[in-house]
Amino acid sequence: MEFILEGFRKALQLIFSGNPEIFAIARLSLTVSLLATAFAVLAGVPLGSWIAVKKFPLKKLLIALVNTGMGLPPVVAGLVVMLFLARSGPLGFLNWLYTPKGMIIAQFIIALPIITALSVSAMQNVDPKFYNQILALGASDRQAIWVCLKEIRLTIVAAVIAGFGRLVAEVGAVMIVGGNIRHQTRMLTTATVMETQMGNFDMAIAIGLVLLALGFVVNLALTIIQQNKVLTR
Amino acid sequence: MKNNLVLAALGALLLAGCAKSEPKNIIRLATTTSVRDTGLLDMLNETFQKDGKYTLQAIAVGSGQAMQLGRTGEADILWVHSPDDEKKFVEEGYGIERTTFLHNDFVILGPEADPAKVKGAKKAEEAFRKIAEAKAGFVSRADQSGTHKKELKLWAAAKVKPAGKFYLEAGQGMAGTLSIAEEKKAYVLADRSTWLSMAKNLKLGIVSEGDDLLINRYSLILANPAKFPKVNAPGARAYFDFVLSKPAKELIEKFGVEKYGQQLFFYDYAAK
Repeated sequence: MEFILEGFRKALQLIFSGNPEIFAIARLSLTVSLLATAFAVLAGVPLGSWIAVKKFPLKKLLIALVNTGMGLPPVVAGLVVMLFLARSGPLGFLNWLYTPKGMIIAQFIIALPIITALSVSAMQNVDPKFYNQILALGASDRQAIWVCLKEIRLTIVAAVIAGFGRLVAEVGAVMIVGGNIRHQTRMLTTATVMETQMGNFDMAIAIGLVLLALGFVVNLALTIIQQNKVLTR
Repeated sequence: MKNNLVLAALGALLLAGCAKSEPKNIIRLATTTSVRDTGLLDMLNETFQKDGKYTLQAIAVGSGQAMQLGRTGEADILWVHSPDDEKKFVEEGYGIERTTFLHNDFVILGPEADPAKVKGAKKAEEAFRKIAEAKAGFVSRADQSGTHKKELKLWAAAKVKPAGKFYLEAGQGMAGTLSIAEEKKAYVLADRSTWLSMAKNLKLGIVSEGDDLLINRYSLILANPAKFPKVNAPGARAYFDFVLSKPAKELIEKFGVEKYGQQLFFYDYAAK
């Protein structure tokens, strides 16, 4: 018990003394996961909406595939991205392996099915009569989807929260694609693993606490956005 | 309005992330966890990167995996410690100018109680035989690293086939493996420098050391640019020359004296 308390005490010391390395790692984690989430939203929301409103063959199969993708193991995503970005791989010319860009791609692949699947189900909750009415008023598909998205924006924000939460907590993909290089690709999660293995529990706890705090701050910001929309209705 | 502010703040963060430009001359070093976990790598690389000409991507994995990176042309230069594999690596044409420049030694660590009564064993193979005979726990790296290869050599020398309940295969780096051995109160083979750098967190102690078989030699190998045209050959050469220079020699020889009270790595190369 003693050593846990001692670990916490030292961890708080590290955080409040403003240990520059911890904060640099936190900034990288935040940047990578936020960018990956943002790209996943830009691609996943339109894709999910399109899947929801369109009729096409094998639609159920596609939705089932997207839903399965929500459980995509990050290490598998990491492995695939690593193979593609490797110098001997098809995208090797980019030189993105072991860089933040590579980690963003891996995390994008993890977040995309989550955002897409949640967008599909949110969009399908819109009353089809409402959607058809907008079309009847002369709107294009794209305009109609846009109107519906405004209706379901609360749920979309919830999807963003779910996606970001998964990414910021993810360790397997960024370990494989990033390589946990100090000052370059070390994330809060990979640093926690490394410090734990080294037996530096104070450092591990400190980084873990920063990780929790980071998740909270971002979720707080997103929740404020979400809840403000409730009030202004 | 409030929403726009929050969104603007998020957007600014994203831009800040994008704006950071990629440094140009990137050198990829594949190396072993022991070199990183002791802090030697960070110390050397800070000096190397000081003038801003190069950025070093040091991937710290086991020697086996490091050489695998070398075999597919992913690494520009290797810093490894698995002599037999290294020779094969160079013979097969993947690397050139293998230079053995550094050594430290392995130690056999065990729990204080020493259930296999290994303490006092002068020969490493004798220590290993005792561990196997007593069926006391042993944690293996089991990751094709230099340490793992050395361990397998020692089992062969002891004429014991490492298998069965007493033999745990961790599949992790040195630090992770040491932590498992600590919790399981098991024996383990470790390089002295990683052990020293973690000793404050461990109750494991040395039960056998000093055998010639336990010497641990590190080499640098350049990726063969004739075989892999994509490797950064000039950058790799610059790092190679830096590590084999007098200033690097002095840094390495001083490394650890202040923090651990003893020298961790011994430089064997006649640096220029």
